[in-house]
Amino acid sequence: METVLEAQGIRKKFYQPTEFEVLKGLDFSVKKGEFFSITGKSGCGKSTLLYILSTMDTDYEGALTINGERLTGKKQNALSRFRNEHLGFVFQFHFLLPEFTALQNVMMPAQRLARYSVPEIEQRAIEKLRLVGMDAFAHQHASKLSGGQQQRVAIARALINDPTVIMGDEPTGNLDKENSMRVFHIFQQLARENGQTIITVTHDPDFANGSDRIMEMEDGNILGIAPPQEATPYV
Amino acid sequence: MNWKLAFTIAMTHLLTKKKQTVVAMLGVTFGISMFIIMISFMTGVNDFTEDMAMDNTPHLHLYKAIEIEDKKITALNQTIAEDEWYVVEHQKPKNELSKIKNGFNLMQRIEAMPGVRGIAPQVSTQVFYNNGPIQIPGNIYGVDVQKQIDLFDLDKKMDAGELTDLLKGSNVIVMGKGLAEKMGIHVGDRVSITTPEGNNLNLKVVGIFSFGVAALDQTQSYATLATVQKILQKDPSYVTDLNVKMYDVTTSAAFGERLSRQVKDVKIEDWEAANQSLLAGEQIRNIMTFVVCFTLLVVAGFGIYNIMNMNIINKMKDIAILKATGFQGSDVTLIFMIESVSIGIAGAFLGLVIGFFFSYLLSQTPFPAGEFFRIDTFPVNFNPVHYTIGVFFGFLTTLMAGWFPARKASKIDPVVIIRG
Repeated sequence: METVLEAQGIRKKFYQPTEFEVLKGLDFSVKKGEFFSITGKSGCGKSTLLYILSTMDTDYEGALTINGERLTGKKQNALSRFRNEHLGFVFQFHFLLPEFTALQNVMMPAQRLARYSVPEIEQRAIEKLRLVGMDAFAHQHASKLSGGQQQRVAIARALINDPTVIMGDEPTGNLDKENSMRVFHIFQQLARENGQTIITVTHDPDFANGSDRIMEMEDGNILGIAPPQEATPYV
Repeated sequence: MNWKLAFTIAMTHLLTKKKQTVVAMLGVTFGISMFIIMISFMTGVNDFTEDMAMDNTPHLHLYKAIEIEDKKITALNQTIAEDEWYVVEHQKPKNELSKIKNGFNLMQRIEAMPGVRGIAPQVSTQVFYNNGPIQIPGNIYGVDVQKQIDLFDLDKKMDAGELTDLLKGSNVIVMGKGLAEKMGIHVGDRVSITTPEGNNLNLKVVGIFSFGVAALDQTQSYATLATVQKILQKDPSYVTDLNVKMYDVTTSAAFGERLSRQVKDVKIEDWEAANQSLLAGEQIRNIMTFVVCFTLLVVAGFGIYNIMNMNIINKMKDIAILKATGFQGSDVTLIFMIESVSIGIAGAFLGLVIGFFFSYLLSQTPFPAGEFFRIDTFPVNFNPVHYTIGVFFGFLTTLMAGWFPARKASKIDPVVIIRG
């Protein structure tokens, strides 16, 4: 299968409060349509890694290639454009814009990309909301939605531009069991049916065990990458 | 960047925080309205004093100077023959007419010169106004009525009667308000005058004027050229003064100098040179006005700066999320610039309306100026230029006040905020 994301020798140092190497040279790749989980204890550097993979953090050594495009060393504006078009994000704390309706939140990245006309974008946004079961709440203000509902809207927003890769930073970290399962199923469906690549950092063992491969990290190193049945039991 | 999208986001931000938006807007509104009120009033006062000083004053005054004969009166250092006499006379002016030679001809020549708005001929003479046994010294000016109206707005200074009534009869005059009061004269009354030559004449008063300057109103009368020529028993070509108005008062000094090289026998005085202090005072007032207004706008600008800064600190998360989903730094700058400029433009226009309202109110407020000032209410100038400047400055201030916070917003690193 085709490789979508390739990381080579990713190193990252923090200088505050003291010099500290969080990522000690990571090499791995993720294939198209793969549901890829990153697990590890707090402070192992998995979130730091995700922000490097997401192109938002550019202060690292090594090389990152997504979709065949080498992103290391590109300018901020070029990276913004790339994120807009090829990456979708789901964060732990949902992060919707509270002043806007669910629909407006979902439409915004597409309006920025301006690949389609506004009526088309609206139609596509409603489709994405239907996919996550939130179409009934399209015209509700984001601030009036529950946590689980907001997270599903955030997923719809991540999907609006049909990105190649969808990244999640503990997307279920703040949700109850029922909502976690719902989010998990949405991700699974995206990977299987749309061939979109999912990369998530997670603490949730059920979530990790449902993915195609798990990468376990410890102290800035990769302990191992394996399908869930072969991976070391998550502690 | 998608302007429409940025505009939608900016407007949503502004409308969800209505109170904050209104407070920021009021800062600009206050600054601009004060600017409008102050500048309208200040320029109104400037125009008023300038009118008072300038309206009836020519830019250039041409008259026949009385010259002393240039004869040496000393016999020192002169060779004296035995049988010769030396006659030493006291030095005195020649017995010359104060007539400008060929006055009407000269007038036509000057009127045709570039930069000259017009020129009015005048015959002036000192007279005594006889009030019973008391004689009041004063002047009578014979003028070309139409030119006096066109160039010196004399018709606007009339308190009673019409200036054009001068043309309807002979031996009629209009009299200064102070003088008329002193003599207890009303429109339609007759007044007896004595000329320097000793002739007595009976003249009818058809109007009362006042310039608002006591020295003039208590001594002057106006009549037609023909009437004064008749009083003086002179021929119709007799003119003593020529009063020139330029299109631009600042050119009068240079023009006067040029003219004095071409025209001999005539003394030329320019107004501007003699009244520099008045012009300087006006300039200082203008500078003061602009300094105060500028300060007001700067204060309003700082208000917007503060509110936009707060706004951006409150919206750090939102900015991070916009950037994470693919918005560029310039997009974020644009959103926040639209917010502050919208505040600025809305505030400025509201300021114009309020400023206009209060300047209108001021222009209707009675002004206790005393009897001699020709003014009933505060002088206020409604000049569209000031309103344009107001909007422009409001726009500029918010542009600058919005720029720094907006730049800061565009530099926010999404990672730091999302990581928490």
